Amino acid sequence: MLKVSNLSVDYGSTRVVKNLNLALGDDEVLMLVGPTGCGKTTILQALAGLIPISEGEIQLGPWRSTPQKSVPPEKRNVGMVFQDFALFPHLTVQQNVCFRLKDTALADHWLKLLGLENFRHVRPASLSGGQKQRVALARTLAHEPAFVLLDEPLSNLDAALKDSLRWEIREALKAAGIPAIWVTHDQEEALSIGDRVGILNGGELEQLDTPERCFSEPASRFVARFLGEASFLPGQLQQSQVETELGMAPGIPIDGARGAVDLLMRPDDLSLLPAEEGNGVVDWVRYEGCSRLYAVTVGSGSQVRVRTSHEVHADPGDRVQLAIITTHPLAAFARA
Amino acid sequence: MNLRPALRWPASYPLALVIALLAFVPVGVLVGLASDSAELFDAHNLKVLSNTLLLMVFTVLGSVAIGVPLALITAYVQLRWRRLWLIVLAAPLAIPSYIGAFTLYAAFGRGGEIQQLLGWPMPAVNGLPGATLVMTLYSYPFVMLTTRASLLSLDASLVNAARTLGMTIAASLWRVVLPRVATGIAAGALLVALYTLSDFGTPAIMRLDTFTRVIFVEYNAFGLSQAAMLSLQLLVIVGLVLFLESRVRGSKERPGRHLTLWPSRAQKWLMFLVFTPVIVMSIVLPLAVFGIWLLREGAGGFDVAYAWNSAHASFLAALVAVVLAIPVAHAAIAGRAGRFMERLTYFGFGVPGIVMGTALVYVGLQLPFLYQTLALLVLAYVLRFLPLAVGSVRSTAEGLDPSLVKAARLLGASPREAFQRITLPLTIRGMVAGAALVFLEAMRELPATLMLGPTGFETLATYLWRVYEAGYFGRAAIPGLLLVLMSALGLALMLSGERRAEFDVTGK
Repeated sequence: MLKVSNLSVDYGSTRVVKNLNLALGDDEVLMLVGPTGCGKTTILQALAGLIPISEGEIQLGPWRSTPQKSVPPEKRNVGMVFQDFALFPHLTVQQNVCFRLKDTALADHWLKLLGLENFRHVRPASLSGGQKQRVALARTLAHEPAFVLLDEPLSNLDAALKDSLRWEIREALKAAGIPAIWVTHDQEEALSIGDRVGILNGGELEQLDTPERCFSEPASRFVARFLGEASFLPGQLQQSQVETELGMAPGIPIDGARGAVDLLMRPDDLSLLPAEEGNGVVDWVRYEGCSRLYAVTVGSGSQVRVRTSHEVHADPGDRVQLAIITTHPLAAFARA
Repeated sequence: MNLRPALRWPASYPLALVIALLAFVPVGVLVGLASDSAELFDAHNLKVLSNTLLLMVFTVLGSVAIGVPLALITAYVQLRWRRLWLIVLAAPLAIPSYIGAFTLYAAFGRGGEIQQLLGWPMPAVNGLPGATLVMTLYSYPFVMLTTRASLLSLDASLVNAARTLGMTIAASLWRVVLPRVATGIAAGALLVALYTLSDFGTPAIMRLDTFTRVIFVEYNAFGLSQAAMLSLQLLVIVGLVLFLESRVRGSKERPGRHLTLWPSRAQKWLMFLVFTPVIVMSIVLPLAVFGIWLLREGAGGFDVAYAWNSAHASFLAALVAVVLAIPVAHAAIAGRAGRFMERLTYFGFGVPGIVMGTALVYVGLQLPFLYQTLALLVLAYVLRFLPLAVGSVRSTAEGLDPSLVKAARLLGASPREAFQRITLPLTIRGMVAGAALVFLEAMRELPATLMLGPTGFETLATYLWRVYEAGYFGRAAIPGLLLVLMSALGLALMLSGERRAEFDVTGK
């Protein structure tokens, strides 16, 4: 089991990772997500032993690494899948995957499982991006690491490939039974792949929980906005019900909020119908194919976003009737 | 990757510092030697200074006049055999200018080869005009290549925009393109200036009293301290040019679409008329003259030992240079201080061979165990050509993706194993290329070889020189052709894309 306690990393005088605590289960896939510069890649490099840490400790099975006594990367038994693949250009696929293996059985296993059998004897330069990333994954898993770090493994690939390859990687990690920390800046990838999701902001972990809870009960407005389209509607919280200008809704207080709150509304928590005497005015509408996304200003002056079926049609300036249709409790933040 | 606390120096620093300081040994020696001399500056000196500067200025002007149009043509115009034209037009750079000077001198003038063969009276090529002609013919490719590189990095949309706004192609090249490659032209022009200042063979053969020629005369007259004083004066000018060069900043533009021009038939002929005289004078003429001599006189007087001596000394120099280049290149990548050390070693490339020779002759006189040894000659080669090796090694090491070493370490390889299995195989090509460059440069080196070669140690270059001095021109055929062949190999290496060090000696 991987255990990280009070980990801090400095670049010069700047602290880029602050007081990180993590524990990783036996075959768990943990997604670390956050905007550019939030310290997510730095965390991976610190866990791998590629950069020195300033405070705290990292522990995995037999070893323990501290700022005073750092364990070199080759002694950590961690695997890493790099954003730019890091395949050795002078070696063939087979030689890459078997880099330090005496017994090649496991290499054969992963080459076969990831559909690379026909490419064994070619060099990385002649592979496509998706194939390169599969080779990198096969190389990592064939060396039987105690855990795997993935540094934005899909960011250099095109959109169509991303979708299928991310599932392929998750399946392979689960099949190997190896825990993994996977860094991404794509919140959709984080929510769909992870057993748990950690959201980073400015070097600090804002929330670490299951994807469902991170999405529906975000620990902060930052998390709420980062994980998806978020609007906030003012209301009064009383006994797990929130009274708003659009009606009553079940509410769940975040961080002990009570009284005057802002209720987190996702675009699918509301319904919208054109109505002469409606409670809101359409500001703009975006056609998305299957759906339409509306921005509507309500009586109190707040703007909310609503996603409807493409059949519902209203133009900017039209009055519409909004209603809260959700049955699950909505996150209520104390009014700023 | 830095696994150590930030304050500790990278392991390569101490070694790199020693090597970098070694580059300044010649200057220290010269200062000590020149302090014995009473004559700081006299009337003859003024003449030498003006000759040197005039030759430099005229050669720079000539090189820009030839190099810039050729750069425009080779960069933008869609011609058949484009690549071949480029290679042929860049080729004079690889040929030592003393070969050109020697053959032009022999071909022109009363009783020259042209008159003997065709019966046409020809004007003599010598003095300042002759030296300018030769230096221009063999150094314009510096301007052509740096300008071409700048041109290729420009976005063609601007020219297309200018043309859609109603500007002719010539006007848009003049007003939209050339101002943006001014730094490229300047960089090439400064390289030409440097090359001209340090060239020994051409002014010597053209009988023009420049610093390099006068230093050699003083040296032969046992006026070593006067030679040192002149060397220091030359170094001051070299230092000024190097300083200017460090001020030239490449302009960074977003790379864009590539401009291609399709010429009409008449324009093609016009370009051909520009190309032909340059190629005839710089390449065809020397080959023809050597060919005539070979037919007329055969291989008389030539001894294979000359070629062997050249190769032997150059091979040693190449080996030593690459071994010394490795710590310097690693220091240059490791940090800012290391980068500075690397730049110090570049100083040696600016030191003219004749100056290096003067300094090391004195070192040999003071340290008897080095006097008249091959080691001293090899040291001169290494000090002069180390930057070529450093540049090659550094550029391949820089091209190495740092995550490869990290990946190897994470797969369980120790630093040593990662170096042996990843870093070394991926950088060996740079080392070989660097060694080959040093080898070829050392093969062609003339003045330092003349001054430092042990007694009886004749190389291709020194033999060519003795033949010229003795007036047995015909015997120059074999060594001359061998040197041209070496130059061709050097050119092939240069254009293989492995290396750009020679055009990028200042590390920009």
